[in-house]
Amino acid sequence: MPHDHHDHDHDTPHSHTGMSPSGHPYRQDQDQPLTYWQNMEISIRELMIEKGIFTELEIMHAIDSMDSRSPADGAKVVARAWTDPEFNARLLADGSAASREMGFDIGAMRLIAVENTKTVHNVIVCTLCSCYPRNLLGLPPDWYKQRAYRSRVVKTPRAVLKEFGLTLPEDVTIRVHDSTADMRYIVIPARPQGTETLSEEALAALVSRDSMIGVALAVIPK
Amino acid sequence: MPLPLETAPFSVCPMDKKDSRRWHDMGGLDGAPIDMAEHDYALWEKRVDALLVLSTTKGFFTVDGLRRVIEDLGPAYYEKMSYYERWVHSVNQNLIEAGAYSLGELGAKMAEVAARGETYGDCAGCHDD
Repeated sequence: MPHDHHDHDHDTPHSHTGMSPSGHPYRQDQDQPLTYWQNMEISIRELMIEKGIFTELEIMHAIDSMDSRSPADGAKVVARAWTDPEFNARLLADGSAASREMGFDIGAMRLIAVENTKTVHNVIVCTLCSCYPRNLLGLPPDWYKQRAYRSRVVKTPRAVLKEFGLTLPEDVTIRVHDSTADMRYIVIPARPQGTETLSEEALAALVSRDSMIGVALAVIPK
Repeated sequence: MPLPLETAPFSVCPMDKKDSRRWHDMGGLDGAPIDMAEHDYALWEKRVDALLVLSTTKGFFTVDGLRRVIEDLGPAYYEKMSYYERWVHSVNQNLIEAGAYSLGELGAKMAEVAARGETYGDCAGCHDD
C-alpha cells in the first residue's frame, strides 16, 4: 500500500500525474478534513484496543493479509487447472479444498469454480451486496460493488460485457452466478489456443482479475 | 412445483414489481452505464475492513449482521454513504448490540478524537501521546 504512508504531498516526483504507483487516482485520505465516519473508525478501533479485545498488531496483520492477496493467487489456481486435469477435476468438485491444497487460506466461505468452455461463458456478481472471492483475488474492483453492474449484469449480460470490451458470439451461452456471503464463485477462463508449450508460470501471467470475474477472457500470448 | 402467485403464502417479488423490493435488492433492474474508474483503498477503509474481519473472527457478529444493518439504511443513506462508510456504520451498530462497548463510550471517544486536530492524520493513531 504505497500510498498509505504519511506523505501529505501528492505531487511528489514519482507521482507527478496524480496517480498512485499502481496507476490509480488517490482517494481522499488522511490529509483531508476528518469525516464523521473516519472518526468512527478511529474511535471503534481505539475502544476495542483499550478494552483488550483487539490489539494493534492484530489490526496490522489483518490489513497485511488483505494486502497480500491479489488476483495473482487466483491466476496460479487457474494455471494449475489448465495444466493438471486431475487438479481441475478436484477444483470443479470443491473449489475451497483445491485452493487450500495450493496453500491459499480460503477461510470459511465455500468457493465454487465455474469453467468457461467453447459454448459456455460464466460471469460472477453479487446482486445483493458485494460478495467476492476475496481470499483468492483480493478486494473487489469498485465497479463490482456498484449499482450499475449489480443490477444490469443479470438481465443484460451481453450488453454489460460489451461495455467491458468483450463481445461473445451469439451461440455462446452466458451464465451469471449470483454470490452470497457463504458461497462465492470464481471463473476459470478458457485456456487460449497456442499455449500448449507454456509453463504454468507463463500461463498464470495470461490470467487477469477480470477474466476470473468473467468480464474478460484470458490473454492470448503474442 | 411452484405455487400460483395468488395462493403463495409468502411475499413474492416479480421482476416487474419494483416497488416491492428493498433498495439493496437490485438484481435485474435497469441502470446506468458502468463506471470503470478504480481507486486504491485508503488506510481508514482498510482499517474498517480489518475491524470487520477481527469482529467476525472473534465471534461478535457475522457477515449477515453486517448486511442487516446496511440493508436497513434505506435508499437515501445507502446512496449517500460510500462503501466503507456503510461498513463502519454497520460494524459499530453490531458491536454495540454485541455489548463490546456502549453508545456513551463511543460518543465520548468520538469527541476526544475530533478534538485532536483537523485531519485523519492528525486524529488517528496519536492516542498514546
